[in-house]
Amino acid sequence: MKWFVSHQTLSSDFLKEVEWISGETFSHCYQCGKCSAGCPISFEMDYLPNQIIRMVQLGMKEAVLQSKTIWLCVSCITCTTRCPRNIDIAEIMDALRRMAYKYKIRAAEHDIFIFNHVFIKNIEWFSRLYEFGLIGSFNLFNGKLFKDILKGPQMFLKGKLSLLPHKMRSKEVEELFKKSRELAGTK
Amino acid sequence: MKYAYFPGCALKSSAIEYDMSTQAVAGKLGIELLEIEDWICCGATPAHLTLHLLSLALPVKNLLKAQKEKLEVVTCCAACFNRLKVANHFMQTDEEHRVKVNTIVHANYHGDVAVKHLLEVLINDYGLENIAKAVVKKLENLKVASYYGCLLIRPPEIMKFDDPEDPHAIDDLMKVLGAEAINWPYKHECCGASFSIARTDIVLRLTNDVLRMAKEAGAEMVVVACPLCHSNLDMRQMDITQKYHKCYALPILYFTQILGLALGIEPKKLGLDKHFVDPMKLLKKKGII
Repeated sequence: MKWFVSHQTLSSDFLKEVEWISGETFSHCYQCGKCSAGCPISFEMDYLPNQIIRMVQLGMKEAVLQSKTIWLCVSCITCTTRCPRNIDIAEIMDALRRMAYKYKIRAAEHDIFIFNHVFIKNIEWFSRLYEFGLIGSFNLFNGKLFKDILKGPQMFLKGKLSLLPHKMRSKEVEELFKKSRELAGTK
Repeated sequence: MKYAYFPGCALKSSAIEYDMSTQAVAGKLGIELLEIEDWICCGATPAHLTLHLLSLALPVKNLLKAQKEKLEVVTCCAACFNRLKVANHFMQTDEEHRVKVNTIVHANYHGDVAVKHLLEVLINDYGLENIAKAVVKKLENLKVASYYGCLLIRPPEIMKFDDPEDPHAIDDLMKVLGAEAINWPYKHECCGASFSIARTDIVLRLTNDVLRMAKEAGAEMVVVACPLCHSNLDMRQMDITQKYHKCYALPILYFTQILGLALGIEPKKLGLDKHFVDPMKLLKKKGII
């Protein structure tokens, strides 16, 4: 009996949710592997990008959201550029990260997760990235207090690192964050 | 020529020499850059990984400020350029997102503020022929590897800037300045971007490959257009040497710095003393300074 990968033959709640959040059609992927071939981080991933697509098609929610891959994607957008089926794989990785966040699944790459979280908090508080605060708080959360510690004074002496933030918290940015979080509940 | 200038966070901090050289070059060429008042962070990569609407609202908030001035926006940071253009793309084509983002920013924005990278302004608006006329010091015998990184050229449907597989914008500019733009295969391979702090090991591996390829192709210098690429290739070059036991001694310059030198601007104004890999020795050897 012939069997085709299509919306009729592959269907799961997980697949439907990822398709809705990412806006991409997973049944279009015919596993050519171009995305994985061009991915600069593929060497470090537990599943290649094309494998993640296949796993989503098969409804493998836990394996996908607990993978290192979705966090190791560096958003270089090479995969999206090269996909012959015009699938936005980078957007899919974004959607999967947001879903992992939503379902409170512990990120397999915890450092990357912490970094993103610290960055967002930083701009929420200071409107513009306060780099000294970013690195300081990341090192604190990470427990690696002395990482890159020699770079700090060097950067400071070259005038490339400010000890104080350029801007402070503004009502405008506070509003932006608040409303974005409120409306995000829908997608 | 007047533009609303969006520097972005890096250019006012760890990439200050990019801002310095941009302002110096713009001043010399008569391009007026009016910094957007009270601009805020574009969100870069972390925003779109966590809160999609926020990642659109932050750039749109900045674009609205430029809209008030009725000016086109110009930016130098590749991430800011990418996020501003992506935000415009969603506001133009996706009704659901447009409505939600407009609710967040209390506006009725349709993604119509033009966003350009400084390279586009120099090449398209100002014109390479005019830049050639303004050159006072030809950068002869200088072999330059132009490094494009990722966000400047990808995704091509949104960025609409240069060829995504074989870009040549920076190379074209280098040729006009008299330098030899070498052909090399890693011109748009990822440097590891924002993993510089969270997964430095990955950045070191990727940047080691980039520098090795540039060196093997005969490059004496690498020219970049992104603050994160610069940081990963310059600030981390010593870390690469320590890990991989390879000394590349390749100075990494912003295209605005190289352009500034060709226009006769003094090195200090271009922030050439702010690099980790000192370019002065090479520049003196080539008779550029």
